[in-house]
Amino acid sequence: MAVLVIADLNAGALSDNTHKTVSAAKAIGGDIDILVVGKDAKSAADAAAKIEGVRKVLLAQSDDLGHGLAEAIEAVVVPLMSGYDAVLTPATSQGKNFSPRIAAKLDVSHISDVVEVVDASTFVRPIYAGNALETVQSSEAKKVVTVRPTAFKAAGEGGSASVEDIDAGAGAGPTKFVGEEIVKSERPELTGAKIVVSGGRAMGSAEEFQKVIEPLADKLGAAVGASRAAVDAGYAPNDYQVGQTGKVVAPELYIAIGISGAIQHLAGMKDSRIIVAINKDGDAPIFQVADYGLVADYKAAVPELMSALG
Amino acid sequence: MKVLVPVKRVIDYNVKPRVKSDETGVDLANVKMSMNPFCEIAVEEAVRLKEKGVVTEVVAVSIGPAQAQETLRTALAMGADRAILVQTDADLEPLAVAKVLKAVINEESPNLVVMGKQAIDGDNNATGQMLSALLGWPQASFASKLEVSGDKATVTREVDGGLQTIEAPLPVIVTADLRLNEPRYASLPNIMKAKKKPLDTKDIASFGIDTAPRLKVIKVAEPPKRGGGIKVETAADLVAKLKNEAGVL
Repeated sequence: MAVLVIADLNAGALSDNTHKTVSAAKAIGGDIDILVVGKDAKSAADAAAKIEGVRKVLLAQSDDLGHGLAEAIEAVVVPLMSGYDAVLTPATSQGKNFSPRIAAKLDVSHISDVVEVVDASTFVRPIYAGNALETVQSSEAKKVVTVRPTAFKAAGEGGSASVEDIDAGAGAGPTKFVGEEIVKSERPELTGAKIVVSGGRAMGSAEEFQKVIEPLADKLGAAVGASRAAVDAGYAPNDYQVGQTGKVVAPELYIAIGISGAIQHLAGMKDSRIIVAINKDGDAPIFQVADYGLVADYKAAVPELMSALG
Repeated sequence: MKVLVPVKRVIDYNVKPRVKSDETGVDLANVKMSMNPFCEIAVEEAVRLKEKGVVTEVVAVSIGPAQAQETLRTALAMGADRAILVQTDADLEPLAVAKVLKAVINEESPNLVVMGKQAIDGDNNATGQMLSALLGWPQASFASKLEVSGDKATVTREVDGGLQTIEAPLPVIVTADLRLNEPRYASLPNIMKAKKKPLDTKDIASFGIDTAPRLKVIKVAEPPKRGGGIKVETAADLVAKLKNEAGVL
């Protein structure tokens, strides 16, 4: 049994999502190799080589791979699959973009967003926005899986695997990268943050969202999130969105401010360790999942919270 | 220029799904069903391309039971020109759906496919990517903006941490993300007109594709419930609890 884990990079650096996916690979068992695809990704590959329990790291580099173009990544992975029984990718936007292509090329199912590895062929995954958990078993020769990183503990460091350069493949063909706008932020990345402060539709405007949510997040060293209602209303950018249609987070502390708690939002944060809700409607569904609820208008409660934090 | 828009009939967005007591699946008996929200966005985008004069024909296709005709009628009422139902009572996995769509595309020869990024029942987010790989057409997933000019598509995509813009020659597979547009509500006159638009039904067996499930569903269970917590009176109480009781500050 051999498992290939495809590394997740954030601004060229190895992200923790990779360590968490290695833990899922360990639950499958067998040898674990990591594939790093990117441009100028040698340092990320060196970091991957230090993850405990990894046999070797494969490194493929090109411009198209650096831009994460799905066709280019598929072209690197598919030929490697003769040597592996499973390929696991973190279920980030990037992973979701290319992983199903690999399954289609191998003529096998894609097993999306796995939250538990029962055994080498049996996986648990959320369906219906997390309202149900489906256990599926695959009898196919190759398993192509995306892993929800927040559901797994990060594998430790201490390994010393070798790094091997491999062919960068045929590129993305006619698909061309034109440009990107990546929001640069001093705050921690949303899916990996220890604390997340999220605002909802109650904010009423983008200005209010920035004035209320962001200073509190900065005081706590937290990432900023938002409900889909707040994003749809234009109060917060789409990549802040927490929920089934946005990002799934599971921080130590999740603070929901002016968020009613629609099913689709709960699906994105209900696995947080401690949930705090501040909402002036005491009947809001968010209080059913909150460990600590404060029934209050955020306009009064957030300044009080800021001063109580000192 | 022709656009093909695959649509799926799913449990309505506002209905809370209930797991069957025998854990074999989600209970869909007597539950309101609607068009998958991401498919609605795809239909809207295709219709807007037609209204802008970029495309001349919008064809909606669904793979599902006889009742999926209602979903296709919704697409027709939103502005699609005609519809195809590939009829089956089986619940197809994304790979099988992609294979059937590929066969439909080979018959219809569209210049563009616009489809939802995921269905809100299975939450696989896989069919569009698989279809692109099977056809060898460029893939533009999670689109928040689509421009078609001449023989190429320029697509802005939602990626981790921001937006990415890519460009590809037609034909292209585009999968719609939430911010691509806000779908219209079909007006009553358009709902009436849609009843007269052509809707072809084909038996899935006529395609000769193996669509048998590859995965065995062992069980479908309710997720563990979170215990309700406590209410605190003031922000100061809250901070004290977070520091002393929860230990998270």
